[in-house]
Amino acid sequence: MWFYSDKVKELFKNPQNVGEIKDADAVGEVGNIICGDALRLTLKIDKKTDKILDAKFQTFGCASAIASSSALTEMIKGKTIDEAARITNKDIADYLGGLPGEKMHCSVMGMEALEAAIANYRGAPVKKETVGEEKIVCKCFSVTDKKIIRAIKENNLKTVEEVTNYTKAGGGCGKCKPEIEKLLKEFWEKEATKGVYPKETLVKKKLTNLEKISLIQETLEREIRTQLKQDGGDIELVDVDGNKVYVRLLGTCLGCPATGLTLKSFVESKLKEFVDKDIIVEEVKE
Amino acid sequence: MKVVYVDNNATTQVAPEVFEAIRPFLTDEYGNPSSMHTFGGKIAKYIEEARKNVADLLGADDPQEIIFTSCGTESDNTAIMSTLRSYPEKKHIITTKVEHPAVLNVCKYLEGIGYRVTYLSIDDQGLLDLNELKSAIDQDTALITIMYANNETGVIFPIEEIAEIARQRGVVFHTDAVQAVGKIPFQLTKLPVDLLSLSGHKLHAPKGVGALYIRKGTRFSPFMIGGHQEQGRRGGTENVSGIVGLGVACQLAKKFIKEENTRVKSLRDKLEKAILAKIPDTRVNGSLTSRLPNTTNIGFEFVEGEAILLMLDEFGIAASSGSACTSGSLTPSHVLRAMGVPFTFVQGSIRFSLSRYNTEEDIDYIIDKLPTIINRLREISPYGKTRH
Repeated sequence: MWFYSDKVKELFKNPQNVGEIKDADAVGEVGNIICGDALRLTLKIDKKTDKILDAKFQTFGCASAIASSSALTEMIKGKTIDEAARITNKDIADYLGGLPGEKMHCSVMGMEALEAAIANYRGAPVKKETVGEEKIVCKCFSVTDKKIIRAIKENNLKTVEEVTNYTKAGGGCGKCKPEIEKLLKEFWEKEATKGVYPKETLVKKKLTNLEKISLIQETLEREIRTQLKQDGGDIELVDVDGNKVYVRLLGTCLGCPATGLTLKSFVESKLKEFVDKDIIVEEVKE
Repeated sequence: MKVVYVDNNATTQVAPEVFEAIRPFLTDEYGNPSSMHTFGGKIAKYIEEARKNVADLLGADDPQEIIFTSCGTESDNTAIMSTLRSYPEKKHIITTKVEHPAVLNVCKYLEGIGYRVTYLSIDDQGLLDLNELKSAIDQDTALITIMYANNETGVIFPIEEIAEIARQRGVVFHTDAVQAVGKIPFQLTKLPVDLLSLSGHKLHAPKGVGALYIRKGTRFSPFMIGGHQEQGRRGGTENVSGIVGLGVACQLAKKFIKEENTRVKSLRDKLEKAILAKIPDTRVNGSLTSRLPNTTNIGFEFVEGEAILLMLDEFGIAASSGSACTSGSLTPSHVLRAMGVPFTFVQGSIRFSLSRYNTEEDIDYIIDKLPTIINRLREISPYGKTRH
């Protein structure tokens, strides 16, 4: 059972602007019956002022798809095309008093229909064609890399699951999940170098013990062991207790007078950098 | 608000007789049947009585062939894991694409740890090709596990023939009969299945109790390892009230099995016929001939299932859907997809599952409300409009 806001329930039960404008000035169609939802938006536009005089929709889909469509038409009526073009899926979700995470793709569908209609008004065909540079990532739901990257950017998405909730990509057979993961990684790495990394991601979210341990292992593997091995040494993880990381030094590290230095200024500082700034490394001698 | 409950394949109401029978075991009679003292020890005989009632409903030879579990899922897990442990050298399992997750996801898990699994297909009627089954069996096959009746469509598989094939080839056969027990008659003395799962809350017993039938002579290794309960075949202090409830529910099911296949069936048929007659672009998913008496799965073209369910909910009508939106995933029901139900119908498929507590009035109420709901949604749908 989904928990919908009162606004979603209200607009589902009594949707506004259902139907089709016969002599529409713009038509936007997105989705299809196989995907499970589809929206056809028709607009009446004052050609002199570019003002949206009327908007109607027809939607195949669940309660939140119908409510999102209704919300969209209410939001754009009276706006100029340029004003309407600034509406994002987030605005639609906010108008509805929020949507369950798994249903965010309904608000994305609303935004896309609006974009398609605006493009149509400006001369594009009704059905959006995939541009040559775009690549279908999710074959089950025909989701392109462009759509995924845009959803990541506009909604600050961090996980594959979130991408699925917003775009449906990865929600069918799941084979494209590694590719989505890659897109996420590439996007955020690029953002980081731009220095516009969103603030909330700088404050690292609290790791679960499992995540922390696997991150420690990963860091040891990637950042530390390769270095130590060059000098004939090695290290293994013995235990993790809160922020205390117990390790055992092996190979030439054993008995090396620089052990203390290695542990504190190399191992510990790497773990502080990649895992948690409060990490303390302790050596296990046995 | 009036509630018309037609989601009995999901769960059922506890029969009032069952509730009355259980009450003492949740109040004064709280003893542990394993205890040495009379206060506890006397409880054991109620458990044995329940065991007799379950065996009786199934037409089993001996009540000792029944063990009590916590649910249908535990029964399925026990049957599968026990058999694999009993035949450690065999690494192949045969099942179908349309099993309940309690079997399907166990098989997927087993694939991950090195087992080979054959998932049998179904045709557009939801039926199996027994030749496909026959050719799938090999020396390495440890277990065939095939559901008795499908929870979504109610389609019944030819379990007698399948059991016969399994027996001839010397392979253990388990059937998940959770949806069938209590709805159609059973005679296990004549039906050669080795293991059979059932669940209490699907036949008017409370949730939290199930049973597994283990034919005498079937190799068994416990799944829940613990105390000596259930003759060492299922550890854990007995869910006394649940077990007593299941016993009484089985007694009642036996008494009402004829009604289920006459009155309940005719209500289902009435509902189905009226929907098909009153609402255009509608189809029944699954075989009409090999089907449970209480279930109908109907596809409404060009509308989406969750929207239908929520509109029905407004009128207090409780049903369920195989649409993607209701499943919590983005893909529609694996059963309807395996059957090849056309995409225009699959998202708008609704299951109505009745019980002996449904009345003619309930059915008339649904028949009265549903056409308006579908019409309304088709008006909103961009696909519906093109039809009218």
